[in-house]
Amino acid sequence: MSRSFFAKSFIRCVFLACVLLCSAATPALAKEKFKVAWSIYVGWMPWPYAEESGILKKWADAHDIEIELIQMDYVASIEAYVAGQVDACVMTNMEMLNMPAASGIDSTALIIGDYSNGNDALLVRDGLTAKTIKGQEISLVELTVSHYLLNRFLEKNKLEEDDVRVVNTSDSDIGPIFLSNDSQKAVVTWNPIVMQIEQNPGISKLFTSADIPGEIIDLMAVNTKTLKKNPALGKALVGAWYETMGVMSRRGSDADKALGAMAGKAESSLVEFKSQLKTTAMFYTADAAVQYAASAEIKRNMDYVRQFCFRHGLLGEGAESADVVGIQYPDGTIQGDRDNVNFRFDTSYMQMAADGKLKR
Amino acid sequence: MKFLSMYAKFGPVTSALLSASLFVACIAVYLTASHLRHQENPKDKVMPTIGKMWQGVENTAFKGDRKGDYRLWVDTWASAKRLGYSTLLLVLAVWLGLHMGLYPFFEAVFYRFILFFDKVPALALLPILFIIFGLGELSKVMLILLGVFPTIALDTYLRAKAVPREQVIKGRTLGASSAKITYGIVLPQIMPDVLNTIRLNFKAMVLFLIAGESLAATAGLGYRIFVVRRYIAMEIIIPYVIWMSLLAFVADLLIRLWIKKRYTWYQAQ
Repeated sequence: MSRSFFAKSFIRCVFLACVLLCSAATPALAKEKFKVAWSIYVGWMPWPYAEESGILKKWADAHDIEIELIQMDYVASIEAYVAGQVDACVMTNMEMLNMPAASGIDSTALIIGDYSNGNDALLVRDGLTAKTIKGQEISLVELTVSHYLLNRFLEKNKLEEDDVRVVNTSDSDIGPIFLSNDSQKAVVTWNPIVMQIEQNPGISKLFTSADIPGEIIDLMAVNTKTLKKNPALGKALVGAWYETMGVMSRRGSDADKALGAMAGKAESSLVEFKSQLKTTAMFYTADAAVQYAASAEIKRNMDYVRQFCFRHGLLGEGAESADVVGIQYPDGTIQGDRDNVNFRFDTSYMQMAADGKLKR
Repeated sequence: MKFLSMYAKFGPVTSALLSASLFVACIAVYLTASHLRHQENPKDKVMPTIGKMWQGVENTAFKGDRKGDYRLWVDTWASAKRLGYSTLLLVLAVWLGLHMGLYPFFEAVFYRFILFFDKVPALALLPILFIIFGLGELSKVMLILLGVFPTIALDTYLRAKAVPREQVIKGRTLGASSAKITYGIVLPQIMPDVLNTIRLNFKAMVLFLIAGESLAATAGLGYRIFVVRRYIAMEIIIPYVIWMSLLAFVADLLIRLWIKKRYTWYQAQ
């Protein structure tokens, strides 16, 4: 008896394992519920606030869908997005280009939230200058916007990347490591780490994203296929976002309450959060974002970014030029490969918000 | 259902097939999933095909990158050096464990300290390590050491303790010096076990190596995996992981062979 019992349970286990494996391997079916990933960054803190205050739920209900916000680590969240585990995710223009778009995940920049206007910075010790930086070790997280910022700095000062030594340093410890090693003369990082480092004596900012305004853009990326199938998702997200923007840009206690909640989620104080907002050029109105997306400037800036990505192999090791990925702009023009458009600036939803045409 | 009984016997071929089955199943599941993903999106990077992975190998191992570096070899060498130094320094752990087991003074001073230290999660101390030892090689070697040194020392200690006291007394009555007893009687007996422990700790060492390299480095297998993650280059990451497993497996195998050859009397495996 025991033998056949064993055999049966064994077969049952195998069967169960198969079922589990299959169900894990099949891609998630389209459903009414959408998952949106976010990570902690000053320009994205309105999202958790929109959820907490009920604004997001209100807009989701109005469009008869469910939206679940999921907080993750930055890179992990984009990986989840690329793997198809979430439908939308906040990220910068650079990551959107070299992670989803270069992996063939057609993505739409649904909301242009802000651009970094000082949140990313090259900080130096002992008054190091562009002239004396040659040969120095520079800590940064390789292949991130920090790396991009450094490249733009070097470019502007007629230097090459080989003129400095880049040390890949994890963002989780880059602050304390830099502060405790006096031999380290330069570091590139982002807020709130910039703020923490800056407060120490003998440290100055040599170059920040305010020197290259509009180049590092923070977006809400949505899977284009999902968005096409479910315009409701786009409308609900955009509606919730600009309602939150409205609360934030109001003066007085309402805005302070909202900002305080955001600061709490970002584990910083209200004062710190406000000072980070100062180095973030938020597009508080849909109109402003739409205008920026329509500018000639954004094309030029995207070109800087894609050339950097190409030079560092981020568009694929075998890519022949920065043109492998097509980037589509609101006016229909395409930068790069027309047959491989995977990065779209689509302002139609933001336009609806600007015109007040979104159903609440 | 005879094959499930305790007394089942398998010929060499069946046995080999059974051993291979799970490997084949894993690879088949991967290939199917990868194929499905590629049907939906030919540019999928999350589960690259064999062909793409081979390209990844070619790009890293046989072609210089934009700086002209043959990355796989540069990384392997950088990581191997770190592991090599740490392994060499583990000789100290064996030495300490041996002395703790035989000399009450060493036991009194070190045993409780190391026992406690063994329970400290070294990874949580990483930032402090970087502050004390800087960003260079030293901090990475120290992390690996902090991670496995106490385990190896304690294991050696227990094994030295377990050598029958009678042998030590016998050695003494025959006129052996303390050094002779330590290095001539006790050490050779426990050596195969100690080597086995070191071997089994390879995995931990590799984990600590990757952790150290992910935090601050300019080359190394773990470093590369974390950097190329930035553009979802799974076609590089997967071969790197296989390569690391292979290297660890070979190191493990070498030690096992060495034990078999050098300590023919040792039957435990």
